[in-house]
Parts: sequence; structure tokens; C-alpha cells
Amino acid sequence: MTSLILSTATRLITGLMLVFSVFLLLRGHNEPGGGFIGGLVAVIAFALYGKSRGTAEARRALYVHPNVLSLIGLGCAVAAGVVGMLFGEPFLTGKWLFVGGGDGDKGWPLSTILLFDIGVYLVVVGAVLSVIFAMEEEI
Amino acid sequence: MAQFAEPASAHDDTHAAATGKRLRKLVAVTALPAVLTLIFLSLTPSIAGGDILRWAMPWFPGLGVSLSLYVDGLGLLFALLISGIGVVVFSYASVYMEHYAFNTRFFIVLTLFMLSMLGVVLSDNIITLFVFWELTTITSYLLIGFTHDEAKSRYSALQALLVTGLGGLAMLAGLILLGLIGGSFELSDLRAGTVDIREHGLYGAILALVLIGCFTKSAQFPFHFWLPNAMAAPTPVSAYLHSATMVKAGIYLMARLHPTLGGTDGWVWALTLAGGITAVMSSVWSLYQRDLKQVLAWTTIMGLGTLTLMLGGGDKYAVMGAMTFLVVHCLYKATLFLAVGAIDHATHTRDRDELSGLRRAMPKVFALSVAAALSMAGLPPFIGFIGKEVMYEGALHAATLPALVAGFALAANAMMIGAAGIVAVAPFIGPERSWPAPPHDPPLAMWLGPAVLGTLGLLMGLLPFWLADPLIGPATSAVYGSPVSVHLALWHGINLPLLLSLATFALGYACWHFRAPIRAALERTAARVPLTAEQGYDHALAGVKAFAAWQTRVLQHGSLRGYLGTIFATIVILTGWSLVRGNVLPMQTNLLDATGFAWAAALLIVAGTATAIVANSRLTAICALGAVGVGTAMLFAVHGAVDVALTQVLIDILFVILLAIALLELPPLDRFRPRLSLANGFAAVVSLAIGALMTVILISITSLPLDTRITEYYEAMSVPAAHGRNIVNVILVDFRALDTLGEIAVIALAGLAAYALISLRQKTLTARRDDDGSVQ
Repeated sequence: MTSLILSTATRLITGLMLVFSVFLLLRGHNEPGGGFIGGLVAVIAFALYGKSRGTAEARRALYVHPNVLSLIGLGCAVAAGVVGMLFGEPFLTGKWLFVGGGDGDKGWPLSTILLFDIGVYLVVVGAVLSVIFAMEEEI
Repeated sequence: MAQFAEPASAHDDTHAAATGKRLRKLVAVTALPAVLTLIFLSLTPSIAGGDILRWAMPWFPGLGVSLSLYVDGLGLLFALLISGIGVVVFSYASVYMEHYAFNTRFFIVLTLFMLSMLGVVLSDNIITLFVFWELTTITSYLLIGFTHDEAKSRYSALQALLVTGLGGLAMLAGLILLGLIGGSFELSDLRAGTVDIREHGLYGAILALVLIGCFTKSAQFPFHFWLPNAMAAPTPVSAYLHSATMVKAGIYLMARLHPTLGGTDGWVWALTLAGGITAVMSSVWSLYQRDLKQVLAWTTIMGLGTLTLMLGGGDKYAVMGAMTFLVVHCLYKATLFLAVGAIDHATHTRDRDELSGLRRAMPKVFALSVAAALSMAGLPPFIGFIGKEVMYEGALHAATLPALVAGFALAANAMMIGAAGIVAVAPFIGPERSWPAPPHDPPLAMWLGPAVLGTLGLLMGLLPFWLADPLIGPATSAVYGSPVSVHLALWHGINLPLLLSLATFALGYACWHFRAPIRAALERTAARVPLTAEQGYDHALAGVKAFAAWQTRVLQHGSLRGYLGTIFATIVILTGWSLVRGNVLPMQTNLLDATGFAWAAALLIVAGTATAIVANSRLTAICALGAVGVGTAMLFAVHGAVDVALTQVLIDILFVILLAIALLELPPLDRFRPRLSLANGFAAVVSLAIGALMTVILISITSLPLDTRITEYYEAMSVPAAHGRNIVNVILVDFRALDTLGEIAVIALAGLAAYALISLRQKTLTARRDDDGSVQ
């Protein structure tokens, strides 16, 4: 299925959608968004790209196999949980580090929560794309 | 310079290298059991002095589960047997397993087994004990099926796993009941506790469940059949797991629970009958076997039966007899298995009809098997003789029917003498045979260990006060529940046990002398047994498989429409029934309160649904369903659930993309055009019913006052505790992160599974296409 409109539009949109998905992932803790929603946006971006340019091209654009991606994501989530244990607290306790805070400003929040959400993002992207690519290739 | 080396010295070098490699492997595999043995030996004096060592670490404190170790006389005796015989078996296996593949795997599993077995006998917490117990079942499964390219090994491994695993589940139920009623999951608390479990109404259930676990693990009749099949494992495994250690786990638990559960009529009768029948039946069948390993397997069942019989007796002499016989059995049985392994290694057969005259070719193996056989036959001055005397003493003091117990023991012991002759004497005497490769004694690592065990059997008999009393005394006290002073001796004067011993020798000699006619008679009997326990197992397994196949055919028929119909109909019936039964239908809602925007969204949903039903093309239907999704998302957005609305929209987009992929492959829609048919009628009824049900449920829920405590908590805690203003996200990744972790694990696994299924289908399709191509 090749459509000039789709492939032209996709070329412009895919990159924007991926940036948007990361934006959604990062803002998720305070505004609507988060790993799950961001992941879905990224999936749609890659699915559209695969639709217009072929699955092989989409796989190349992803660099790693989707299954690897979802397992890395699961690893991130578990690792985020283990950090709390290193401090003697229960599994999955959130740990926060505020970098460069001044008065009135807490600074850049780095947290295991963010790592966990990135894990969710990667699992969603990897697992769904794995199925979509396999289905596309079968047909 | 290497190329100028003499061939002979090169050969020497490789030989030296091979010896060095062997030695390194020997040291590597025996180091752990040796160190453990030394540690346990060093504990012996203090434990014999009455001390008890304890160590505990909380594991799941909320459930009363802790990793607690408890070393008393009983635990130490078992731990010493496990680690000590471990040293012998590990060193033996380092040579024996040389020609097998996967040596590393073998020793890893064997080591895991040893550690789990030590865990069983040293655990104080019954849940931890159960975990270790199941670990021995799993490692045993892996070891029985070690030569997994043989169907027989796989069958036997699965059989052992199913029988002991199911028994273990029953036992878990019993142990949990025991812990709940006793008020503690620590065995030491249960023994010291104020609650007498024996008085409780559920005592019978606890006893039955726990004993099923013990009987399956320790191969008591009618669960005995898995043990002879477990001989499919390599011989060191048979020697270690299926004679000396693992099968004793059931015995251990019965001994351990003796002070807590023992002494009642139920206990005495269950153990006496199961043990007695097992002992006599298996010693009869041991005389029938041709394969020497099978003879030993059946005599192992006899040993386990005798131990159960003695633990049923309950008298302190019976307990003492059980503990002595435990040591005796481990020593001689490990030795005999390892000797049979050496014979097998050298001659490549274990058939008793093909083996004779090996005494000149294998003098060392001959000597140590005779030593073990003398102990097995219970002849003085071996420890086996003392064991038998104490056992008769205990049988005569048995709480119920001492004559019956003594009769069981006498019959089993007499046939044991016959079996000892068949295994340890018959292959070595008689005419010498010619072998393809001349048999010879095995290397040091294979005979030294068994020789040490044989010598120990002799020394313990000669010096019981020095070697046996410090081990058996504390163990007996621990099982009996109060201190017992143990003084074993070869000579007790002329008394009833001695006379019984003499009768045993006479009967045993007869068994040995008439071994050929006995076997012929048994062969005729075996042909006439209508249903063996193993056939029962096979029938049960076939029944389970047939049932599984039937229900898969009925439930997993492969029609998506059928699945949805079944699921929705079930929901309607069950949920609807509980709604009506619970009378929770307060319909107080004011639809007019809804805003115009909500009404518009609702209208969009209804219009989309109607279009999807009557649509003529798939594209129209998909777009209509997309409109339904957007309508739902609008409703979420209006009510402030922006995240949910976002997710809904994204999922809908994804859904359309997925369907667009599948669209190309689907048959034309005309085939499913709306028309009146039974299937469509059923679908319509179910759809309307589920729609109506959801409406009723939603209205009922919204008409009830909403409990906002949890919402308020999250609202209050979101920023101070989790540094986030988006409550939905904070709940997902922080407050309830464990749930999310579980969910993404499911997503990742589902992705992997779907990927595997699709690529597998792709492969078969490609292969089929290639086949078609080649035909054309």
C-alpha cells in the first residue's frame, strides 16, 4: 500500500511525533502524559512510518529489535525498584535527587520514578511494535 | 622446542595433564561437601551435650515466614549423612560422569540438591522447609531426566515429579493448617507450644495431608512405584538421592513431627500398616529383579518402609532403632550402589544373570561390597547387627500389636539377607566369564569413598559408644521428645531380639539358597497381578490428558466470535444474578443533570455503534468504531480525566492501524451481512444484554455515595510525598508502582508470546509455500 500523501506526510510527522512522545513522557509527572501515553504515541509514529516506507525500513529506524527494547524497559523498571532497597527501604520506594536547586527552586528532579516511567515507555514501544511488525511482515 | 619432543614424553605430558585435570575436578566438586561435613562434625560435641543452635532471618514477616535454621540432634544426624555421603558421591561422580555430556550442569544440579536437602533438615520454619522440600523435588526431576534423550528417563522424571509434587501440595495444605492451629510456623514453637494439635478437630486432616506428602516422598505403598523408575538416573544420583538422602526427607519429616503429631491411634496405624506393607512387599519384589540397580531400588523401599514402621511404634527403642537403621542404611546402601555402578562401568551390564566370577578381576569392589552386604544382612560385628537388634527390641515394645510389627520386621529382614547376597556376592562368585573389555577395579576416587563408608560400618559396630552414641543419642532424644540415654552394644545377652536375629539368619539363608525357585515363583505371580500401582498412575495420567484434550476442544475452538459470546454471556449471567440476588438496584439518577456536551458525546457514541452494525464495508465500520472511541474520550475529558481520555484516543488510533493491517487479509464483509440467523440472533441478544447490564451497573454505582477517602489521600500526598501534580501518573509510577510493574511485565511477555506465535506461523507458511513451489 503506497500512497504519496501518506508517505510525504509521514516523513514530516514521524520525527515530530517521536519528540512529542518524549515530551509527554517527561512532563507526565505533573501534566497529562507519562510513560504509557508517550509510548503509545511513539508506537503510532513507528507504525505509520512502517506503513508508508515498509516494515524493513521501520525496523532499521528503530535500530534494535522491539523485543530487546521491551526487555530493557522491564530491566529499567526493576532497576528503579532496586535502588530503594539499596537504601534499606522497601522495593520500589521512590528516590529523588534534585540537581542544582536554588532558593525557591528545587532544581532538576532526577528520580527512580522517572527511570521507572522510562521503563514503562520502552515496554509499551517494544511489545506493541513487536506484534505490529510481525503482523505487517506476515501479510 | 615442542616439535623435537619424544613421542613417549609427549604421551606422558598429556597423561599428566589428564591426571592433573581429574585431580582439579575432584577437588573442585568435593570441596563444598567436605567443608560442610567438617563444619557439622565440629558441631557434634556441643549438640551431643544437649545444645541447640539457632539462627533466623525474617523473610516475609507479615506471613510468619522466616529463614530460620535449627540444629539439634536429629537435624545434625541428617546433615552429617547428607554432606558426608555427599563427599563420597561427588568424588565418585567426578570420575564416573567423565563420559557423559553436560558435566558442569550435572554438578551444579547435584550441589543445588545437596544444599536444598540440608535446607530441609535444618529449617525450623515449616514454610521454608516446604520450599526446600520442593527444591529437592525439582532437582531430583532434573537429575532423573539427566539423560534426556531417552524416553524412559523423561517418563521416569515426570512420574517422580508428579507423584512427589502432588504429595508435596497435600503436605503444604497440612503444614499451613498445622501452623494456623498451632499458632506458629516455627517447628520448635509447635513442639514447645501450649496448643495440643492432637486434641484439635482438624487433627485427622492435618495428619492425613502431611502423611501423603511424607509417603509420596519416601516411596511408601501405594506411592512406591516412582522410585524403581528413578533408577534411570546416572548411578551416583541413584546412590545419593534415591537411596541415601532425598527419599529420607519423608522419614525426616515424620521423625521431626513425631513429638507434635505422633502417638495417636491414627498415627500408629497409618505408619505401622503403610511401613509394614511397604517393607514386606518391596523386599519380596527385590528378589524378583534382574537388574542389580532395581534390586537395590526395591531394598531401598524396604528400608524406607522399615523406618516408617519403627516411627509408628513410638516406643523409645523403636525410635532408637529407626535412627540406628537410618545410619546403617545410608552407609551400606550408598556403598552398594556405588559398587554396582563400578561393575556397570567395567562390564557394561547390570543383569544378574550375566554377571559372575568377577572376584579376581575386581577384588577391591568385591571386598567393599561384601563389607556392605554383611552390614545389610545384619551380621555381627557390623553396625547393621546392632541396628537390627535395637529394631526388634523396639518392635516388641510397640504400642499396638507388637507381634505384627515384629513379624513385618522379621520377614523384611530375612529377605534382605537374600537380596544382599544377590547384589553383593553373586556377581563375584561362580565361573569367570569372558568380557569384551577385561573388567578391572575403578580408580581411587571411585573406590576410596565407598571403602570409607564400609569401614565406618564396621568401626561403628565395634566401637558403638565412640562413633554411634554421640550421633544417635541426641537424634533419638529429639524425635522421642524427651532425653533418652543411648548405649548401643553388640552383645545384649541372650534375649528375645537375639533369638529373632537367629531366626532371621536362618530364613535369610533360605532366601539366598532358594533364590532361583523364588524368582521363578515370583515371575508367575507377577504375570497375574491385575493392576499394579504404576498402571493406576498411567490410567490416571491418561484420564487427565483426555479430559484436558476434551475441554480444550470444547473451550478453545478457535472462533473469536464464539469466545466473545461465551465471555459476555458468562458475565451477564453471573453478574446479573448477583445483582438481582444482592438486590443492589437503586436507580436514582438524574439524566437531565448531564451537560449538553455530554449528550452530544453520547449521541456520537450511539450513532457510531449503529453505523458499525449496519455498515457494508469494513472501512466504514472501523471509522464508525473510531467515532465511538472518540465519543468515550470526550466524556472522559469533560470529567477531568485527561490522561484517560488521551489513552483512549491513542488506543483507538492504534486499533485503526492494526485493523487496517488485518483488513487486507480478511474475507469480504458480505458473508457476514446482517440477516436473520440463529448465530446472529444469539449475538444480538448477548450484545443487548451486556449493554443493558453495564448501564444498570454504572447507574447503580453512580447513585451510591462515593467513598472519597482514598482520592483525598492521593490528592493530599501527591505533591509532598511524590513530587508530582498529575495524580494519575503518580499513582501509576509511585503509589501503586508494583501493580504497574506487574502490568508491564505482562505486556512485555504478551508481546514476546505474540511475536513467537506469528513468526512461527510465518515459518510454516513459508515452508509450505516452498514445498508447493518445488512440486510445481
